[in-house]
Amino acid sequence: MNILVFVESAEGKIKKTSLEAVAFAHAMGGNVTAIAIGQTEQAELENLGKYGAKKVLHAADEKLNQGVIQAYAAVLAKAFQDEQADVLVLADSSLGTPVSARVAAKLDASLASNVVQLPDTSSGFVVKRSIYTGKAFANVSLTKPKKVIGIKKNAAELKEVGSPASVTAFQASLSDADFSTKITSSEKATGEVLLPEANIVVSGGRGMKGPEHWGAIEELAKTLGAATGCSKPVSDMGWRPHHEHVGQTGVKVAPQLYIAIGISGAIQHLAGVNSSKCIVVVNKDPEAPFFKAADYGIVGDAFDILPKLNDAIKAAK
Amino acid sequence: MKILVCISHVPDTTSKINFTDNNSKFDTNGVQFIIGPYDDYALARAVELKETSGATITVLNVGQADTEPTIRKALAIGADDAIRVNAEPTDSFFVASQIAAQAKEGGYDLILMGRESIDYNSGAVHGIVGEMLGMPSISPVMKLDIEGNTAKLAREIEGGKEYLEVNLPFVAGCQEPIAEWKIPNMRGIMSARTKPLKVVEAVSTDSGVKLQQFELPPAKGAVKMIAADNVQELVALLKNEAKVL
Ligand SMILES: Cc1cc2nc3c(=O)[nH]c(=O)nc-3n(C[C@@H](O)[C@H](O)[C@H](O)COP(=O)(O)OP(=O)(O)OC[C@H]3O[C@@H](n4cnc5c(N)ncnc54)[C@H](O)[C@@H]3O)c2cc1C
Ligand SMILES: Cc1cc2nc3c(=O)[nH]c(=O)nc-3n(C[C@H](O)[C@H](O)[C@H](O)COP(=O)(O)OP(=O)(O)OC[C@H]3O[C@@H](n4cnc5c(N)ncnc54)[C@H](O)[C@@H]3O)c2cc1C
Repeated sequence: MNILVFVESAEGKIKKTSLEAVAFAHAMGGNVTAIAIGQTEQAELENLGKYGAKKVLHAADEKLNQGVIQAYAAVLAKAFQDEQADVLVLADSSLGTPVSARVAAKLDASLASNVVQLPDTSSGFVVKRSIYTGKAFANVSLTKPKKVIGIKKNAAELKEVGSPASVTAFQASLSDADFSTKITSSEKATGEVLLPEANIVVSGGRGMKGPEHWGAIEELAKTLGAATGCSKPVSDMGWRPHHEHVGQTGVKVAPQLYIAIGISGAIQHLAGVNSSKCIVVVNKDPEAPFFKAADYGIVGDAFDILPKLNDAIKAAK
Repeated sequence: MKILVCISHVPDTTSKINFTDNNSKFDTNGVQFIIGPYDDYALARAVELKETSGATITVLNVGQADTEPTIRKALAIGADDAIRVNAEPTDSFFVASQIAAQAKEGGYDLILMGRESIDYNSGAVHGIVGEMLGMPSISPVMKLDIEGNTAKLAREIEGGKEYLEVNLPFVAGCQEPIAEWKIPNMRGIMSARTKPLKVVEAVSTDSGVKLQQFELPPAKGAVKMIAADNVQELVALLKNEAKVL
């Protein structure tokens, strides 16, 4: 089986979720080729070998430094064909997922996103994917010869299995039509831990009373090396930026630890956090529904608990 | 401007998910169906565009007759007419093929969808439709303005957003805060009853995915409560028991 893995980078560095995609492909067994598109550091590319890539391709055309969905899909479809790949693996993301749909359509491939574990190839090719926003799973058989699968965070364990790989330039044949969408500018939080990638998330709800109180959440997040999140009303009211909104209609997180402060635990919020390994809830109302979905809970006032928790974690380090 | 808004008919976000027939069928017992929340944002933005620049809105659903109340709701919110492709929506490719076939016939300037359905969460239909029609597809879109033949959009990326420009026609998968959800008013509900709803048969496609079985996640264990004056214990548990610190 020839597996092509699309790896995404941010500010020249390969994303952790993309390293997981390489590890996933390696664990599937087969011949793994990784492809990076746009500006990525050389050492980062070579490093992909450690996670199981035999070969690394780099489409470094300057025009590809921005994530244009159509152009990326064109590059991947060509690489898939050139490499005679059977399966394309990528990490689901705001770029990866829409790109994967177009690639699958170009290649006439079976498509599955939100895949949570290695495919079962004992008879056919069956993947387990998360559905109903994390409330259930579907085992689906991918029946076309070519397959495109998007994986969820934590679908594969990251471990080093090899040595650095050599990098080959990949020449994509792109047309102007592939760039009919122009990215004019972007705004991005820098230096922060990104929510979808974070191992720990500290999230605040309406119980935090106002944006002026977020210092305590940020403080705790800093101590833990965590990303900050929030409930939907908090981003609706503009207390926090939209990309921090967790839940059914926002980011779905899958950290090791999710700490919810002053969030009631509405089912739509829980839909975004149900893939977390461990959930801690702090709420002043003992009846808050979030406690039912939590592993550990504290009934108490956020403004009292947050600084104490921050101190206790610092002390335990 | 002609806008096509594609809506899915999905279980309400508060639904408890269960399966029947040896985990092969979704249990619709006691489940309320709604317009997909993301699709609802797409529709709301279409209605705003119609109010400001005089567009016509067609809503499209691929589904069986039981989806008609959901389609009527979209008409009540402000769509002008509707198409139902009479078929069970079995997978993203199938749904996209139906949408592409209808879109070719209708010649729309703008095709709006949700960023993803909330049943299968694929986030794929807009991309596949874009590819099938040879149009750009952009998702997840959080802002959409149109001036003449050009659209200015904002797309959410991890940790921020990017701004884009594209010429019509194109396909967009929408999410908040592109517009505020609209609640149908009495006049809308009355007029929706008589707005045209065309039922068409599906075009055939070869599907590439086949459902084997559904599965529910394992039940969560009981919560361990810790006293508010004993956060040290929480930290110790996170370290030694849960092993997440
Ligand atoms: C009885 C039944 C059986 C099913 N069996 C399967 C199955 O075996 N395998 C499987 O993959 N899925 C199955 N589904 C779910 C499936 O039909 C999804 O609704 C469909 O695949 C589209 O979901 P998606 O996640 O691919 O859409 P996405 O790509 O996440 O949707 C993006 C956008 O496309 C539009 N859209 C999605 N669906 C429709 C629609 N039906 N009509 C109009 N616009 C739409 C919406 O605007 C949506 O926001 C089944 C559904 C039903 C009701
Ligand atoms: C279709 C749909 C989609 C939705 N999608 C999402 C989504 O993606 N994400 C999301 O979050 N919501 C979503 N919602 C909204 C959701 O239903 C809830 O309204 C929302 O999650 C509530 O946010 P909250 O918990 O911050 O606020 P509230 O429900 O108001 O809860 C505040 C909590 O803070 C506690 N509190 C108050 N003061 C303190 C204090 N001093 N110390 C400690 N605790 C305190 C209260 O006891 C309460 O439990 C959606 C709703 C719909 C209908």
